[in-house]
Amino acid sequence: MALASSVATSPRVGVWSHPWVRFGVRRLGRLLVSLWVLVTASFLMIHLIPGDPVRAALGPTAPAALVAAKREEMGLDDPLLAQYWHYLQSLFTGDLGTSITLQLPVSQVIAQRLPATLALAFLAFAVAVAIAVPLGVTMGVRTRRGHGRRTELAFTGTSVVLGIIPDFLLGVLLVYVFAVTLGWLPVAGNDSPSAYVLPVLALAVGPAAILARIIRVEMVTVLQADFVRTARAKRLPARTVHLGHALPNALTASLTLGGLILTSMVAGTVLVENVFAWPGLGSMIVSSILNKDYQVVQAIVLVYGVGVLLVNTLVDVALALLDPRSMIRED
Amino acid sequence: MKRWMSVLRTPVGLTATVLSIGVLVLAVVAPLLWTDNADAIDTDDILAGPSAQHWAGTDNLGRDIFYRTLVATRLSVELALAATVIAVVVGLLIGTAPYLLGRRPGRVVLAGTNIAVAFPGILLALFFAVIFGVGAKGAVLAIGFAGAPTFGRLTQTLVAGISSRDFVAAAHVAGVPRLRILFRHVLPNVSEPLVVNATIGAGAALLSFAGLSFLGLGVQQPAYDWGRLLFDGIGSIYVNPAAALAPGIAVLVAGLAFNLFGESVAKGLGVGVVGGIPALPPSPEALEADAPAAEQAHGSGTDLVLDVRDLEVAFPGPTGPIRPVRGVSFSVRRGEALGIVGESGSGKSLTALAVSRLVEAPGRVDAARLDLLGSDLRVEETKAQRRLLGTSLAMVFQDPMTSFNPTRRMGGQLAEGARHHQGLDRASALARAVDRMRAVRISEPERRAHQYPHEFSGGMRQRAMIGMGLMGSPALIVADEPTTALDVTVQQQVLDLLAAIRAAEDVALVLISHDVTVVGEVCDRVLVMYAGKIVEDLPAADLAATARHPYTRALVAAVPDMDTDLDAPLAVIPGRPVDPADVPAGCAFAARCPLATARCHAEEPPLEADGTGRRVACWHAGEPIDLEVDGSLLGRDEREEVEAR
Repeated sequence: MALASSVATSPRVGVWSHPWVRFGVRRLGRLLVSLWVLVTASFLMIHLIPGDPVRAALGPTAPAALVAAKREEMGLDDPLLAQYWHYLQSLFTGDLGTSITLQLPVSQVIAQRLPATLALAFLAFAVAVAIAVPLGVTMGVRTRRGHGRRTELAFTGTSVVLGIIPDFLLGVLLVYVFAVTLGWLPVAGNDSPSAYVLPVLALAVGPAAILARIIRVEMVTVLQADFVRTARAKRLPARTVHLGHALPNALTASLTLGGLILTSMVAGTVLVENVFAWPGLGSMIVSSILNKDYQVVQAIVLVYGVGVLLVNTLVDVALALLDPRSMIRED
Repeated sequence: MKRWMSVLRTPVGLTATVLSIGVLVLAVVAPLLWTDNADAIDTDDILAGPSAQHWAGTDNLGRDIFYRTLVATRLSVELALAATVIAVVVGLLIGTAPYLLGRRPGRVVLAGTNIAVAFPGILLALFFAVIFGVGAKGAVLAIGFAGAPTFGRLTQTLVAGISSRDFVAAAHVAGVPRLRILFRHVLPNVSEPLVVNATIGAGAALLSFAGLSFLGLGVQQPAYDWGRLLFDGIGSIYVNPAAALAPGIAVLVAGLAFNLFGESVAKGLGVGVVGGIPALPPSPEALEADAPAAEQAHGSGTDLVLDVRDLEVAFPGPTGPIRPVRGVSFSVRRGEALGIVGESGSGKSLTALAVSRLVEAPGRVDAARLDLLGSDLRVEETKAQRRLLGTSLAMVFQDPMTSFNPTRRMGGQLAEGARHHQGLDRASALARAVDRMRAVRISEPERRAHQYPHEFSGGMRQRAMIGMGLMGSPALIVADEPTTALDVTVQQQVLDLLAAIRAAEDVALVLISHDVTVVGEVCDRVLVMYAGKIVEDLPAADLAATARHPYTRALVAAVPDMDTDLDAPLAVIPGRPVDPADVPAGCAFAARCPLATARCHAEEPPLEADGTGRRVACWHAGEPIDLEVDGSLLGRDEREEVEAR
């Protein structure tokens, strides 16, 4: 915020007048503010828990001396601001604390678990986009100007229902059909490539359905735009008109909502990982919450939060690349 | 309330309503009726599959899962509703804070909400679940607080919209306290969308709750909701899949029912939904039918650029096809400038689109002849034909602000057609684009070519559009109201440019306009269209003095000139243009015509040539009229109509 406003008040000269610089500074400022809020929230989390988190973690039977020693070690008896300062310092050095239950540095726990979650999220994202974009574009072209009413109804109905089904329920359903009944695919784990199929589908289908629906609506709108008529007047092939002219414009409008869907996909891994006993952060955070291993929880919340913020930032950058007007609009 | 009932009229709405009510009824009665069946332990029948006795099998204590699923309805629904209430109440507090607290603190709340909304609900729920502790109570609070930012933002938006209205401003001026204004004036006006979104929110809360319980963070044993049953069931999915499927399906049905019910209500009420899909905008005015067509038997010389006979354009309507263009014939010779004038709805723009092959299905174009440079445009489009159209026919559209792709640089947009049709490589196509931009008098074309449309002024874009048409070697420029959307000061520049190009390159021009003055200035010949037909075809020079059709004369009279009495009301053509869906019998103009007689209402006058190269369709052509009484500023009129669409 501070950065952004200083730019706004400074005279528009030199490098500051360049839209990309202004956009970059402003967007970076927003990212930093959000990061600060996130870090502060994750710091406060442990202090908002009623009672003594160390006592809770070690159990009611743990000797008082041990609890006191652990509190001392974690610095929980220091003044709050000192703790906050210490927490920020540790974060910068990559020190996320120690897991009480695993007796391991939290950073190590995360390093072990993160790749599995990232693989799942990226694959699911890729699959969702790979399904949604061609489907949405095709449907948009086929149902433009009131064509194909029936196709539109069938598509919209199906995508609404698929979009509402929560990912973990879809996961259960997929397990039942493809793992239990048909026995084609593994029921859990990530040991073989085939084990990726069901969790990725469980995560991707809902977002793909919603995204495809948004893209279709946007395509129908964009295909009515004057500049599409201009492109047709140039007698470009239909493919160029649809993909070269209409799609980028349909995507800019879809991206904002699409970004929300993608971030919810990041979080969706938590539930889906638990359906498939996926050895990622999602199953880790749940067991850590149940074991009251709060330093791990704190760190994982931070990781997810950062993931969400990064996705949001990337979406804004993609938006700016696709439609340069979006940079100015924010001014 | 009546409007809420409209939900029942759609199949989806009806189904969702019935299901929602069913779920609520079940939530009330199921625990009363079946708690005993659900808790009965049958140690002989542990982890059994579905049977006649136990429809969904049994759990690890031999308890009937079907009954447990039914009984769990109450807890699941109760918890979801409780979480929704928390979300709505906290959301209202957040959402009205900016209004109550004033500008500065309000902005802080707003910024905080915006940051919170960026995080997915499930992540927020996990965060709060840690703080509030594992268990049903913690989960209710967690899901409630997680949903609050979304509601807060919705409330903020709605309140901001209402609080800028006049009646709220009036209350402020009257000195009513803010809190009172909020409760008396603002909240009642935003309650409807809030309730609708709360309904959808309840569905989402139900699903989230199932998620938390499924993770083992929600309801704890011995209590059970659907999520908990699912959690227990998935462990034994190999032994008895029904144990996981039954509660799963219950969650899904209930969640879908609430969600779809809310969406249907929202649709019925026309209320926006948070994160919903934007409604489909109304389909574009496909029926902008305004085209005059001059039927012109102009000599059959080889210098014909465009030859059109009996052109018809039809669109499917609710009661049969609508024909905005009804049999138009004309031709254009090399270097000739033909104007087409008429009110909106006369079919002039559609005629232009039809001859350029730009009418899209479901619109239909029929013609006895439609030749461009001797090539028949009626047949299925071939590659050669696309090339011909792409290089020989240039289009200039009405609104330069919307006619360029906002996401692409101008140079690329100009170059694109040349790359495709003339096989130029990227660099030479761009070089030609720069050259053409210079030709249409755009300063610094090299720099301009790298800019986006929004960096161009309106007049500059229209010149760029003309430049785009000059990328090939056009024989015909079709300009559809090229100056209507422009500032008066730049209109002349664009007209001059078109005239200069025509003179320099011997290009034919078809200029569509509602403005008789513009057409008279630029064109050699004018077609006047009314209700999808040509009513008069005459040299532009004759417009003012010797036009014979009463409609043409009214158009001319409607233009104020130096002699116009500034104190008198502007001349107006009485009546309204003909609706293409409902063209009257006889002469279409009869209802508005001062000369109309019984014959005009009964019999349609044919478009007849008078032997001097002029054509007119009127039973009373050339008879004197007293035009001082009525007449109109047709141009203004029409422009407003176009905008209103």
